[in-house]
Amino acid sequence: MNFTLYIWRQRNAKSKGKMVRYRATDISPDMSFLEMLDKLNADLAAAGEEPVAFDHDCREGICGTCSLVVNGVAHGPQRATTVCQLHMRHFKEGQEIWIEPFRARAFPIVRDLVVDRSAFDRITQAGGFISANTGPAPDANSLLVPKEEVSTAMSAAACIGCGACVAACPNASAMLFVAAKISHLAHLPQGQPERRRRALSMVRAMDGEGFGNCTNHEECEAVCPKEISVRFIAEMNRDYLRAALTTAEPETAS
Amino acid sequence: MKRFWEIFGTSIGCKAVMAVTGLLLFLFVIAHLLGNLLVFAGQDALNDYAAKLQGLGAGLWIARLGLLAIFVVHIYAAFRLTRINALARPEPYQKEESINVTFASRQMLASGLVVLLFVIYHLLHFTLGVIDSGAFGRLDAKGRHDVYAMVVQGFQNPFLSLTYVFAMVVLGLHLWHGAPSLFQTLGLKHPAWETCIRRTCQTVVALVVLGNCLMPLSILFLHESFTSK
Repeated sequence: MNFTLYIWRQRNAKSKGKMVRYRATDISPDMSFLEMLDKLNADLAAAGEEPVAFDHDCREGICGTCSLVVNGVAHGPQRATTVCQLHMRHFKEGQEIWIEPFRARAFPIVRDLVVDRSAFDRITQAGGFISANTGPAPDANSLLVPKEEVSTAMSAAACIGCGACVAACPNASAMLFVAAKISHLAHLPQGQPERRRRALSMVRAMDGEGFGNCTNHEECEAVCPKEISVRFIAEMNRDYLRAALTTAEPETAS
Repeated sequence: MKRFWEIFGTSIGCKAVMAVTGLLLFLFVIAHLLGNLLVFAGQDALNDYAAKLQGLGAGLWIARLGLLAIFVVHIYAAFRLTRINALARPEPYQKEESINVTFASRQMLASGLVVLLFVIYHLLHFTLGVIDSGAFGRLDAKGRHDVYAMVVQGFQNPFLSLTYVFAMVVLGLHLWHGAPSLFQTLGLKHPAWETCIRRTCQTVVALVVLGNCLMPLSILFLHESFTSK
């Protein structure tokens, strides 16, 4: 298959970027989107041109490293799929494909299609954990958790932190990511002791990174490769407001 | 109060303030409509209702100032959040495609501004009597402020009538997204209730628009049936 690609090229964080037109030729329909870019890069390198920088790691849809906006949609046209698991057979022969990085002030561009998502790490460091020694594995059934709670916690924990929610949000809001991280622990008994403090600190960290605010477009849910529901945003709002209204320590103390 | 400002300064806190003020304004819109529908009950009923509201004295002013404060806070929160949102994506996408975004959700600021302009216009018209002043300030046979005659005369003017209809459709658009959205923002969401909440909100919004449009349109087209004594 052959495609016309328009790819965002930007030398570094400071320089100005622009869309550059390329031809991708002899692409197998069974190639993944990233393999198509590998092929393009091999051709560019052979021609003595600078290859396109893009992020990737596991290429199995579980690490959350790949981060492309394909034809205006984060992770491309296939629902519940990371762009590394998107195959070229889903495109039409000769189609124009626009490839851009995830765009947000909190995700500065490093080069071409690579963005710095360490803002997510800092939010997680603010409270997305349990401060207790885990010790050896506990005896089976010593801590009972209802099946529904486990399933809800699991569907929040499925978040791979790719940042597609931010990329897709018209306001570049990170609320789906933060909500998933908060709800994942809020649905488990181990998450209870720090539940309020977690909501307060993670939301504060999120605000500090310069993300936008959710206006309930629900665009994040549509592109999320793990289909995380916006219901978790409602849960986060509830947890945060309850904590902010009732926690004794002042909200600004950290 | 310090706690309130701290919460207001955060993303979710500001959104919650937006949602609570939005809910109060939505309830006001519903109450306002229910009172005004008395225009269909005739001159005596509407003027009596208006006289009772006027008779509240200090209570009326407390309600007015409270409403104004809610309105101002709602608008301030909207601008604050919109500004942060605009800053959050300095470089736009070259190619943009949306999946779940609706016209109503995208145009909240624009529809809100139209509603703000309309509120000013509406106050100039029926509360201050600046627009259509000929119909303003008359008294009925019982010596009450003749609201009925003022409304009936006002809405016979096609320009005034259609301006109201347009504004109500825009208000409907604003509430279509805003009303269900406020429940999400306040965290009042549960799989068992979310469809019910959304449908109820949107049904109420549709009825509000319908009711509000019915008054100017029926007076415009059927004004013979609206007779004053």
